[in-house]
Amino acid sequence: MDSNLSHLEFLEAESIEIIREAIAGAKNPVMLYSIGKDSSVMLQLALKSFYPASPPLPLLHVDTTWKFKEMYNFRNQIARDSGMELLVHTNQEGVKAGISPFTHSSNYYTDVMKTQALRQVLEIGGYDVILGGARRDEEKSRAKERVFSFRSEGHNWDPKAQRPELWNLYNTKLNNGQTMRVFPLSNWTEKDVWQYLLQEKISIVPLYFAKERPIVYRNETLIMVDDERIPLETGEKPQMKSVRFRTLGCYPLTGAIESNASTLEEIVLETMKAKTSEREGRLIDSDEAGSMEKKKREGYF
Amino acid sequence: MKNISEFLLNQYQKKTLRLITCGSVDDGKSTLIGRLLHESQNVFEDQLKSLEKDSEKFGTHKNELDFSLLVDGLKAEREQGITIDVAYRFFETEHRRYIVADTPGHEQYTRNMATAASNAELAILLVDAQKGILAQTRRHYRIVTLMGIRNLVIAVNKMDLVQYKENVFQKIDSDFRNLVLDHDLNQIQVIPISATKGVNITENDQTISFYSGPSLLEYLDQLQIRNSSNNLKVPSSQESSFRMPVQRVIRPDESYRGFSGRIASGSVSNGDLVKILPSGVQSSVRSVDFWKNSISNASKNTSITLTLEDEVDVSRGDVICAYEDPPEIADQFQVDLIWMSKEPLIPGRQYLMRLHQQEVNAQVTRIRFKEEIETGKHLAAETLEMNEIAQINLSTNRPVVFEPYSSNRLMGGFIIIDKMNFDTVGAGIIKFALRRSSNIHWQKLQVNKVQRAKQKMQTPKCLWFTGLSGSGKSTIASLVEKKLHADGIHTYLLDGDNIRHGLNRDLGFTNEDRVENMRRISEVAKLMVDAGLIVIVSFISPFRAERQMVRELFDPSEFLEIFVDTPLEECERRDTKGLYAKARSGKLKNFTGIDSVYEPPESAEIKLNTITSKPEKCVDMILEKINIF
Repeated sequence: MDSNLSHLEFLEAESIEIIREAIAGAKNPVMLYSIGKDSSVMLQLALKSFYPASPPLPLLHVDTTWKFKEMYNFRNQIARDSGMELLVHTNQEGVKAGISPFTHSSNYYTDVMKTQALRQVLEIGGYDVILGGARRDEEKSRAKERVFSFRSEGHNWDPKAQRPELWNLYNTKLNNGQTMRVFPLSNWTEKDVWQYLLQEKISIVPLYFAKERPIVYRNETLIMVDDERIPLETGEKPQMKSVRFRTLGCYPLTGAIESNASTLEEIVLETMKAKTSEREGRLIDSDEAGSMEKKKREGYF
Repeated sequence: MKNISEFLLNQYQKKTLRLITCGSVDDGKSTLIGRLLHESQNVFEDQLKSLEKDSEKFGTHKNELDFSLLVDGLKAEREQGITIDVAYRFFETEHRRYIVADTPGHEQYTRNMATAASNAELAILLVDAQKGILAQTRRHYRIVTLMGIRNLVIAVNKMDLVQYKENVFQKIDSDFRNLVLDHDLNQIQVIPISATKGVNITENDQTISFYSGPSLLEYLDQLQIRNSSNNLKVPSSQESSFRMPVQRVIRPDESYRGFSGRIASGSVSNGDLVKILPSGVQSSVRSVDFWKNSISNASKNTSITLTLEDEVDVSRGDVICAYEDPPEIADQFQVDLIWMSKEPLIPGRQYLMRLHQQEVNAQVTRIRFKEEIETGKHLAAETLEMNEIAQINLSTNRPVVFEPYSSNRLMGGFIIIDKMNFDTVGAGIIKFALRRSSNIHWQKLQVNKVQRAKQKMQTPKCLWFTGLSGSGKSTIASLVEKKLHADGIHTYLLDGDNIRHGLNRDLGFTNEDRVENMRRISEVAKLMVDAGLIVIVSFISPFRAERQMVRELFDPSEFLEIFVDTPLEECERRDTKGLYAKARSGKLKNFTGIDSVYEPPESAEIKLNTITSKPEKCVDMILEKINIF
């Protein structure tokens, strides 16, 4: 880049520009907050974009009720510290029907507790612009998505009919019933996120740091026993292992990696040498071919 | 690399290069990127595993990894083996970080290719060694130059399939150099490669014996990038002056008023004298703020917030710039435009133009010529179809702050938005202003609209009747005028048919002519309202976009849209002029309702049903609604 800026400075400036544009075009914006490290970066960027004013939008957590306990604690702490409004929504019909990642397929579970839940709360809140922390390096269909991505009335994505998006000119005008999803971290990589967390000394959920945790093996994946809802087979005993998480989601669907990296510096170094992609630990991405694209078309973030 | 500080320092110094790969279908773009990712060790093990699986299922190379499947992520793409939309990929080497946009080769996805090219500093244009330079290669080359990319690598791919023959390579090399003769490029490098075999990608292992230059990655790693704004013809003092389009005014409380934006060029420091455009007001910088710090100065690409010494009026879309060297302001431009919509461009129609944070109405006043992209020939054109490139004159409804694209991409690149469905339908670059707005003056008149209307003791209005031919517009309009005239009101009736005999007799019935027809009638109506009259326009006016344009010419209280909502079957049954019969038999072309579209109003002030209400009743309804005295 013909630039005086370092790559992180450039990415930061670009993301701030995007966030300000998203808000300028929005009537009723909201920022998805998933408690993960990308959400932490998004929150920091939002605070910087409008400082000394407070970001003019609330945070929204779509809660499946199956997140790690430490994530809930962290979320509540952040809501207090940031001074931003935090909205939480759960698909109550799914809860009543007893939808669980242990008894239902990950596909069905994700559809009901995440995709449907998200659609419900977007309808209820009438949000027109929804900011999220997805990155293009995460997955192949995400690599194809625009920074400002449009959804039809039914929240569906049509990857074949994306608006041209030239220079830094973002057409934020919505036709009847359309909504817009905005991804300010589109050009960031996992490495960038970790380096930024380190540079900015941003606090993240402690689960990202290695520690001895109770672990069982499921489908070649290390699953942490976070509460008593996990059904153990007869004779199965959780083992204590030093593990950390590269991404965080619902605990029954999120694989840990064995690691001793207990500081951000160590994680950055480990990430640099990583031989597998970060989403390998996400069981829902690989449950069928082209599965992320399918979920996105249906309204998943 | 042993420790963290060494690693971070290395990362800090490593710059990012944003590039695109382009070229014709099947020249191997996706395969090349997949190969680059793999060879530079940026493919993870689990991704490699799923690539092996996918290669068996979709792959086109027997028993080999199909690297294109690393990149083509959409289901339709994998099934059809083509690229539909841009995919962004990330990799890094010891020297650089790369963001690669892989662009589609098919002509119908040219707009996606332009999307990717607009933010790239370098293009890799692939050429299939077996096929040489194709029409699509020329098209992509043209878009690359249009978008101002001045660093170009021609990768002559599939050299393995021509047995690495030198004469094949030399032919393509010289063909290409003939093609680029007219263009001002900084750097071109032509490199023979084989993406599927991995030849000459990371290193030149002499498989291609006649070629002693750098491999593709070696070349990219060492390249000095000059971007489009480093135009050697522009003196350096001009290109680096400070400009910041304002995105937002930040005002948490009375004590702070900051103007935030991203610096488009130059740098700014505390105490700098600045000008705010388009108002031209002067002030100086009190502080340059970022996050919790006052940073005292900032330069190009940074997102910052400025506070100024004076209480000046600044809002989104304004440009804060160096006082001694402000950018230009104008409302008429010569531009290069690429059209991106299935709906053709219609000169005279109003579109939205977005140029940095400014948003204005704009219309094409003249298509100078369109380009036959494959040959570069200039052709005359009435309209533009999807993916066509043209040089046009563009006029905006108010002056905008700009710089020519060749000296500043961010101040000279714009998009065109359809006013009805808000799609992005075109993108363009400003070449220069046709005249400076400072030279245009409205002749100030001694008597104004209010005074003229007062003398007539009435409130001027425009009653705009729209509806199909034979719907009863003219009958009702004429009755309305008769009634008003009888009451001593000063009126004038503009009838579509009558005007086509005089003022508009040079216009036909194509969509372009209909738009021009409407533009003229609306300007005439506006003059008459200005004269203090009640103007009654009876006019099919089939398109929503143009009716909206007419509406915007008037003050909100002056304009009433009256929709004579008679169904097509009824109009056709009446067929007072015998036109429907002619149109049905094919003797009359472009007839509204038959083979030319009528877009009914969505929010007309008055809607008339001529089946249930007699014309006299309709007239009463209208007179009740309007307030003339």
